[in-house]
Amino acid sequence: MFRKTTLLAAALMVAVFACTSKKEAEDAAKKSPGPTEAAAPQPETHGTEVKSIELKNPLDPSWVVIGEGIYETKCLACHKLTNEKLVGPGWAGVTKRREPLWIMNMVTNVEMMLETDPEAQKMLEECLVRMPNQNVTQDDARKIIEFMRKNDGEK
Amino acid sequence: MAAAIALPSILLTLGCKPHNPVSAVEGDAAEKVYVAPGKYDEFYSIVSGGFNGQVSVYGLPSGRLLRIIPVFSLNPESGWGFSEETKPMLNTSHGPVPWDDSHHIALSTTNGEHDGRWAFVNGNNTPRIARISLSTFRTEEIIEIPNSSGNHSSPFLTENTEYAIAGTRFSYPMDDDDSNPDVGIGTYKQNFKGTVSFIGIDKESGRMGVSFQVLLPGVNFDLSRGGRGPSHDWFFFSCYNTEQANTLLEVNASQKDKDFIMALNWKKCEEYVKAGKGKKSKVSYAHNIYDEKTHSATSNIEHETIVLDPKELKDIVYFMPCPKSPHGCDVDPTGEYICGSGKLAAVIPVFSFTKIQKAIADKSFEGEFDGIPVLKYDAVLHGEVKKPGLGPLHTEFDGKGFAYTSFFVSSEIVKWNIEKLEVVDRVPTYYSIGHLSIPGGPTRKPHGKYVIAYNKITKDRYLPTGPELTQSAQLYDISGDKMKLLLDFPTTGEPHYAEAIPASLVQPKSVKIFKIEDNHHPYVSKGEKEAKVFREGNKVHVNMTSIRSHFMPDNIEGVKLGDEVYFHVTNLEQDWDVPHGFAIKGANNAEILIMPGETCTLKWVPDRVGVVAFYCTDFCSALHQEMQGYVRVSPRGSSTPLTFSTGNKAEPTGATK
Repeated sequence: MFRKTTLLAAALMVAVFACTSKKEAEDAAKKSPGPTEAAAPQPETHGTEVKSIELKNPLDPSWVVIGEGIYETKCLACHKLTNEKLVGPGWAGVTKRREPLWIMNMVTNVEMMLETDPEAQKMLEECLVRMPNQNVTQDDARKIIEFMRKNDGEK
Repeated sequence: MAAAIALPSILLTLGCKPHNPVSAVEGDAAEKVYVAPGKYDEFYSIVSGGFNGQVSVYGLPSGRLLRIIPVFSLNPESGWGFSEETKPMLNTSHGPVPWDDSHHIALSTTNGEHDGRWAFVNGNNTPRIARISLSTFRTEEIIEIPNSSGNHSSPFLTENTEYAIAGTRFSYPMDDDDSNPDVGIGTYKQNFKGTVSFIGIDKESGRMGVSFQVLLPGVNFDLSRGGRGPSHDWFFFSCYNTEQANTLLEVNASQKDKDFIMALNWKKCEEYVKAGKGKKSKVSYAHNIYDEKTHSATSNIEHETIVLDPKELKDIVYFMPCPKSPHGCDVDPTGEYICGSGKLAAVIPVFSFTKIQKAIADKSFEGEFDGIPVLKYDAVLHGEVKKPGLGPLHTEFDGKGFAYTSFFVSSEIVKWNIEKLEVVDRVPTYYSIGHLSIPGGPTRKPHGKYVIAYNKITKDRYLPTGPELTQSAQLYDISGDKMKLLLDFPTTGEPHYAEAIPASLVQPKSVKIFKIEDNHHPYVSKGEKEAKVFREGNKVHVNMTSIRSHFMPDNIEGVKLGDEVYFHVTNLEQDWDVPHGFAIKGANNAEILIMPGETCTLKWVPDRVGVVAFYCTDFCSALHQEMQGYVRVSPRGSSTPLTFSTGNKAEPTGATK
C-alpha cells in the first residue's frame, strides 16, 4: 500500500513538473520575438497515418514483383523471408500475425507507431533498433504487403 | 583609487535606474537572442572561413554554429578531399591544392533579391570560385580562374546571378600570349596587368563557365559590387596601388591622395564578345563538378578564354578618383549610390550613378590612366560623409535610406543617412571590425533587423585558449533609431564577409536524404543482394552496404599484400540524420562518412599481413558498437580465395601456422 502511494505521488509530481516546464517553454517562446515558429512540415512521403487498405485475391503479380524489388533494396538487410530474426523479425507468417493496416503503418509511419502502438513498442524492446524510416510511399508499402502475402503462400 | 570608487557608484546607479539606456539594452538583449529549445533561428548566416578555406553556417539571432561546409580545404569530418569521389574537387591546374583561403560570400539573387538557391565563395590564393547548393549545403562546383592571381574582389554577382565576378588583387606580368613571362619584378609599370573575369552561371543548373575576361592596367583590384535597378548593367570595383608599386606597398602604395573606383559596363562587354571583338587566350584551368546523382566529382582542365581589351574598346571601362586606397565598394539598394571606403581617407565618398552617366556622356574626363579614361571626381560625386571615423572598410544598407559603415581603426559601426550624408549613430565594436553584414544588405530588398560585426581582434572577449584565440562576431539590433549590442558569439576560421538570409527562403528546400533509387554511382549496391567483392588485377572492389547496424559484407578474405582495396560503401538508410561512417586501421586516406542513400569510396592499401578490423564511426543505433567487420590480408601470391559474407557461421579456410 505504502509503495503504491509513493508511486502515485511520484507520478503526480512528474505530471506537475511536466506541466510547469511545458508552460515555461511556451511562455519563453511567446516572449522571444525573433525566432520563427517550428519548421513548416516538409514534403515527405513518410508519416501520414494509413486508415484503410483493400486486399484482393488473386494477388496482383506485378505488385508482387515490384514489392520484392523494394524489399531487396530497403528491407532485406534486416528482415529474412523465413521466421529467423535478423535485426528485425523474419517475415514468414507476418501477414497472419499482424493486420495488414498495422504493417502499412509500421512501414510508412514508424514514428507514430513507436510512440502510440503497444505492439510496436514491444518489438522495439525485443530488437533494440528502431525500425528505420526507409522513405517508403504508401503505394510502395501496399506492394510490399502483396509480396509478403505471396511469401506467406497466398495465391 | 579614484577608479575603484567610481566603479561601484556606477554599478549602483545602474542598479537603481533600471530604465536608463544602458541597462535597458542589457535588460532585453538576452531575450532578443534567445531561441528556445525546439525553436529555430530566424536567419541563416553564411560565413566565409578565411584561412580555413571553408564556409560556415550560423543561426541568427542565436549565433549558434550549425555547420561547416567543406569547400577549398580537406575536411576530416566528412571525408571531403579524402574520399575518391571528392578528391577531384580540390584539383587545379597546379594539381591538388589541399587548403585555400576563402573570403567573400555571395548569395544568389533574382531581380536583385535573395532567391535561396546557391552560395558562392572565392578561393583567394589559387584563384577559384565555388558554388554551394543551399538545399544540400554541399559544394557542387569549383572553377579555377585563369589569368588571375589573388582572387580577392570576388565572387560578387550581377542582379539575376548572370555572372559571378573575379578580379585580380595581384597584378603580374602578362604578355601577348597572356602567359606569365620571365621578367624583372621591377618592370611592374611596363609589364604587369590585372584582369576581371565574368563567370557565367546557368539559370537552371547553376553551372559555371568563364564567359570573358577584361584586361586591365596593373593595379590591385580589391572589392566589387554589381549595380542594381538603373545601374544593373554596370559593375564597380575598388582599385588601390595605382602607384603601381612592387615593393613595400604599405608605404609605396599609400602615396596618392586618390586611387580609383572602376566602373565597368558588362552589358557592353557582352555585346563586344558577341560581335567577336574578344581575343582568344590560351590558358589552363580546372573545372570541377560534383554530380549529386553519381555522388562523384569530375575535374576537367579547360584551355581557352576570351579577353577584351578596353584600350581598344573605349566605352566599357572608366576610372573614378576615390580617396585614398579604397577597400569597400558598395552599391545601395536603389542602385543610384556607390560608396567607396578609402582605408586611409577621412571621408566616405558617395558617387551618383546618374552623374556617372552624365559625366561619361559629357566626356567629363580629367585624363587617362594607362589608356583608360578617368572621370572628374566632382562630376561623379553625390557627396562626402565628413569625419565619419577612422579606417572605413565596408558598407551595408538597411533599405530605409541608411548606410552602415565599418571602421577598422576606430573599432566602430557608423550609421549614416545616404541622401543627407549625415552621421546619425555610432556603436563601438570589440575589436577592429572588418566586414559587417545586414541580412539582405547587399540586395535590392534588405531584410534589416540586425547588423553583424565580424571583428579581426578578439583579445579579452572570451576565455583565453593560449596564443590562438577564437574569432569574434557581434550582433546588433538595428530595428530602432539607435544600434544596440545584443550578443557576442565566437566564430571558426577567420570570417571575412558573410551574408544572412531568412530561414524561410532556405529551410523548406533543405534535402533530408539522397533517394537510393536515384543513386547512379558506378559502384552502388542498392540493397544487400547487390553487395559483392571482385578483383580487377591488383584492385579489389568491395561494393558494401551499411544499415543499422551492420555492414554487408563484414567478413572478407582473399585480399593480398600489393592489392589496392576500394571500399564503396552505400548507406541504405532512407531516414533523415542517419549517416554511417567507415574506418579501417592503417588507412593512409583516413575515413569516410556516408549520408543516407549515398555511396562513398575509401581507398586502402594494406601494408602488412593479418586480420584487420573496420567499423562504423558515426553512432547510429543501440547496436552501433556491434557495427564492425574484418578483412583478412594474406601474403603476396598466396592462394586464399576471394570470399565475402555477413552472418555466415565461420568455415575456417586456411588455419594459421
